[in-house]
Amino acid sequence: MSYFPQQRSLSGDLGLALQFVFQKALRSLGSEEQIARWDPLCNKLQILATYAQTELGHGTYLQGLETEATYDAATQEFVVHSPTLTAIKWWPGDLGRSATHALVQAQLICSGAQQGMHAFIVPIRSLEDHSPLPGITVGDIGPKMDFDHSDNGFLQLDHVRIPRENMLSRFAQVLPDGTYIKLGTAKSNYLSMVVVRVDMLSNEVIPLLQKACVIAIRYSVIRHQSRLRPSDPEVKVLDYQTQQQKLFPPLAKAYAFHFVAKSLLEFFHRSYSSILDRDFRLLPELHALSAGMKALVSDFCVQGAELCRRACGGHGYSKLSGLPSLVTRVTASCTYEGENTVLYLQTARFLVKSYLQAQESTSQRSLPQSVAYLTAPDLAKCPAQNVADFLHPELYTTAWAHVAARLIKDSVHHLQTLMQSGADRHEAWNQTTVIHLQAAKAHLYYVTVKIFTEALEKLENQPAIQQVLKRLCDLYALHGIMTNTGDFLHDGFLSGAQIDVARKAYLDLLLLIRKDAVLLTDAFDFTDQCLNSALGCYDGNVYERLFQWAQRSPTNTQGNPAYEKYIRPLLQGWRSRL
Amino acid sequence: MNQDLQKERAAASFNPELLTHVLDGSPENTRRRREIENLILKDPDFQHEDLNFLSRSQRYEVAVRKSATMVEKMRKFNIADPAEIMWFKKLHLVNFVEPVGLNYSMFIPTLLNQGTTAQQEKWLLSSKGLEIIGTYAQTEMGHGTHLRGLETTATYDPETQEFILNSPTVTSIKWWPGGLGKTSNHAIVLAQLITQGKCYGLHAFIVPIRELGTHKPLPGITVGDIGPKFGYDEMDNGYLKMDNYRIPRENMLMKHAQVKPDGTYVKPLSNKLTYGTMVFIRSFLVGESARCLSKACTIAIRYSAVRHQSEIKPGEPEPQILDYQTQQYKLFPLLATAYAFQFVGAYMKETYHRINEDISQGDLSELPELHALTAGLKAFTSWTTNTGIEACRMACGGHGYSHCSGLPNIYVNFTPTCTFEGENTVMMLQTARFLMKSYDQVHSGKLVCGMVSYLNDLPSQHIQPQQVAVWPTVVDINSPDSLTEAYKLRAARLVEIAAKNLQTEVIHRKSKEVAWNLTSVDLVQASEAHCHYVAVKLFSEKLLQIQEKSIQAVLRNLCLLYCLYGISRNAGDFLQGNIMTESQITQVNERVKELLTVIRPDAVALVDAFDFQDVTLGSVLGRYDGNVYENLFEWAKKSPLNSTEVHESYYKHLKSLQSKL
Repeated sequence: MSYFPQQRSLSGDLGLALQFVFQKALRSLGSEEQIARWDPLCNKLQILATYAQTELGHGTYLQGLETEATYDAATQEFVVHSPTLTAIKWWPGDLGRSATHALVQAQLICSGAQQGMHAFIVPIRSLEDHSPLPGITVGDIGPKMDFDHSDNGFLQLDHVRIPRENMLSRFAQVLPDGTYIKLGTAKSNYLSMVVVRVDMLSNEVIPLLQKACVIAIRYSVIRHQSRLRPSDPEVKVLDYQTQQQKLFPPLAKAYAFHFVAKSLLEFFHRSYSSILDRDFRLLPELHALSAGMKALVSDFCVQGAELCRRACGGHGYSKLSGLPSLVTRVTASCTYEGENTVLYLQTARFLVKSYLQAQESTSQRSLPQSVAYLTAPDLAKCPAQNVADFLHPELYTTAWAHVAARLIKDSVHHLQTLMQSGADRHEAWNQTTVIHLQAAKAHLYYVTVKIFTEALEKLENQPAIQQVLKRLCDLYALHGIMTNTGDFLHDGFLSGAQIDVARKAYLDLLLLIRKDAVLLTDAFDFTDQCLNSALGCYDGNVYERLFQWAQRSPTNTQGNPAYEKYIRPLLQGWRSRL
Repeated sequence: MNQDLQKERAAASFNPELLTHVLDGSPENTRRRREIENLILKDPDFQHEDLNFLSRSQRYEVAVRKSATMVEKMRKFNIADPAEIMWFKKLHLVNFVEPVGLNYSMFIPTLLNQGTTAQQEKWLLSSKGLEIIGTYAQTEMGHGTHLRGLETTATYDPETQEFILNSPTVTSIKWWPGGLGKTSNHAIVLAQLITQGKCYGLHAFIVPIRELGTHKPLPGITVGDIGPKFGYDEMDNGYLKMDNYRIPRENMLMKHAQVKPDGTYVKPLSNKLTYGTMVFIRSFLVGESARCLSKACTIAIRYSAVRHQSEIKPGEPEPQILDYQTQQYKLFPLLATAYAFQFVGAYMKETYHRINEDISQGDLSELPELHALTAGLKAFTSWTTNTGIEACRMACGGHGYSHCSGLPNIYVNFTPTCTFEGENTVMMLQTARFLMKSYDQVHSGKLVCGMVSYLNDLPSQHIQPQQVAVWPTVVDINSPDSLTEAYKLRAARLVEIAAKNLQTEVIHRKSKEVAWNLTSVDLVQASEAHCHYVAVKLFSEKLLQIQEKSIQAVLRNLCLLYCLYGISRNAGDFLQGNIMTESQITQVNERVKELLTVIRPDAVALVDAFDFQDVTLGSVLGRYDGNVYENLFEWAKKSPLNSTEVHESYYKHLKSLQSKL
């Protein structure tokens, strides 16, 4: 994690970031000898590596990848090849112009059989003059919504030969004679993706939302607009209820996700070493949780950052606010490292399995921790009567558990009904995915609420901090209820009257959080340089800075060639006709 | 032609050409629109490099060149007035952001609406022919939607019969006007008028800002570009600071209010008249929402028919991603929304023209409702579209993130619609103000008319103190009319809740304004429900006007999907208001999924009917012929980063790093 502080202080616009992804994959999928050989080369930047999985025609669905690695026992080499146009590797960062090596995910063919996806280290550029090696066509994929600093690339392989030792072999090996030996499960290849997903939340995704909150909230106390009373001066826009309603839920999420990422990382560290030792018992839960959390957190971070941007009115549209680049950057995280819908559905599959397991009375195995609530006693109706009741963590955590459990039950029920009526298992799954998606989202929301409340409990000896964070936690849980009232009303768990009470509790919280809002964003401790925003600077000199920065724009310092070429002839053309 | 798209088109249940006629209003309108589009899109003089590969200054230059070419063509062919206006209006349809655009969309209309005959004679001809290039400067750095807060002053000096313009503070610098930074030489400036020691509020002034011939800023004027933005790279949005800058008295637009040579101020007849331009632009933006969402849907749906991924059943070939329920659930409700907004946009345009007639006859009675409706619908449609374009982009997975998809550009150029011409939350609150007024009116015994007439029923429904079981309706989830009724009840209920909460707050708080603020979340919700009802109503009424059976059938399914999806997503409102039962909501959810399957075979034909040319879409993924991957590879190879095999940064930074070892 040594990369994190540098990345944080340089706002993340670093090249050669994929080196770390490569190394994480190497350490997860490589044998000890392979790690010993390649890791030091990476550390010293003797090679520049990237991770090449996605293809032009294939993304999240690993088995669909077309790149082939065929073992040739005669030379003890793999022949790595892109058989079609759609098989061209597409998107890997640093691949376009920088990388010398790529970890290529390819379909292994040996002893005449397809053995599924495996990872191969493929040298792609000369270490002498950086030119592409024979058989390699490599380049940049062109301009994107953001990541302008990164040369995401394409890679076409034409029967490129690499030594047998270049296949990462912790979980599978090809012997010199071509015998294939499997040491892991079909899922062990996922390990490197799990590592990256856990890591990207705290190192990339969440800080982007935090920055957006800092900028929007600071600016909202500088910006004055309209009057509340005709006789008063114009008020700070943060004093408008509608502005609070836009900005405080994202702020609450920024804090919630901090604790979520931390907790996920702890779980990851608890399970990682046993997985490396080929004990895969915790892998399904780790996979389901990290996939789903990546989807939920990135979805909410994008929504939140965009809300923050628009809450800054017109100035949020200027790049000088810093907000457009936060949005365009965080939004990429919804589709990279697994498209979010696909990831939610992976969580959903785990939930269906867990639910069925919970139903089996004979089962001696206890449920994984994150789904233990499926067997916990459940209330049919929420006991809350007044506003104060809705501010009890136990109450709203239970409410979320109830809704999640009901939706999971419904989704399984739909699936089984369809199958009983004769639908094929796979078709039935496709026809019920909308409700599985809903169930997975509710489950993940429950998990985040639970993690946030548990984090609060640990703050007992810091009562002031605990109090201010509890408000955010309450807001997080209640905002979720307010945006999904239909789910809570559906089976009568909450009544219409209770929804009104919860709504009151939620709106009251906005006013309480208002007082601490600026300090809550100061606490993220981003420097002005790192925010790079005329609106969000610590000193609040917004307008002066905006004017200064605009004057420095190249459009103002480099003349206007279009005037001489087009505007002047236009005006003169008119005159000559007069 | 890509085989998948070929099959999709062959399997559709209707002829998209007929639907295009419905969208355009008539076959003749379709023909005329295509004629004008082709005139521009097929003309070699308007061709240029792919903008995605150019810097901002280069993009600005291309845009200016295109505008200049346009004007030269008009001069060359001596194009007369009506056609000329047509050309420029149609240009906007193909989403061409142009630095001289404000001259036509704001400067000239304002001159026409607010200038006297003499003023029009003086400036109209030269601005139409671009002897002067005008823009419209209202927003200031520190002040936006709240007009009364603007700080720029125009102080009348009777001795010289001039106005003295000043930007007294940093926050009063004019900020954002399009074309102001580098292109325009005149601006209509909104400023606080001060004469005879008194401030009379905002008025419009024609201000020369650059010298004709040299294009240099005039003395007393500081002007420039405000720097890079999210989108609108071609546009030189600018700033303008004025220091004791003098203009003649005749430069104040005086059709309505006047300042006499001695400084006497003459009031305009009605303040409402200035609503005109705002109403026009906001109703135009409703149409713009429809067009942009339609474009995004076209790209995402075509690409989803071409893209194959993963498996539904093991062993079978990878299916088109459009066959996944989750993909349909992402895209088809948006497609239905795009159609709904097309009809809302058409309605707004008609209504504007009708009421404009009334206004010219001196009848202003419908203006307040129109003003309230355009504000809310502008916000409602642009918020939905904003989210919708992003959803379409993400539905294209990673490739949606590349500029080759065209979707990032559509998004960044559309999203300011949520904040310009009135920030959306403020717009929703304007609608809410009208709703509250109408609610009060009903309760004082007067009837209200127009789109809010449903509020007339509220008092009679209130004989019983409990709202439970008061609603007379049993909702038929297969009838657009019945669903419209359900939306009407939801709107009525939320308007009533907001009104009651407002009353309660008024009793507890010191002032009405504080109470208003503490109810504003409820008020926005009520406005949204009202606008949603209007959209549903207009869509279901549109169905009645369509004769052709096949078109009627397919639009009916879209209308049902639009209505039911909205209920499904806002189930809480319908349950809490006892408008629908739990089991009905369950049926709604099921019916939504059935409709996805029903619409699936027509999806590609439904986007074809929008009739966007490939150039207009600007998307490799959304091409009509569906040859996505070949063209994606070709496009990428043209990227400037690929112009050399080894990039210069290797020699500068990487080589030394590696050789130090």
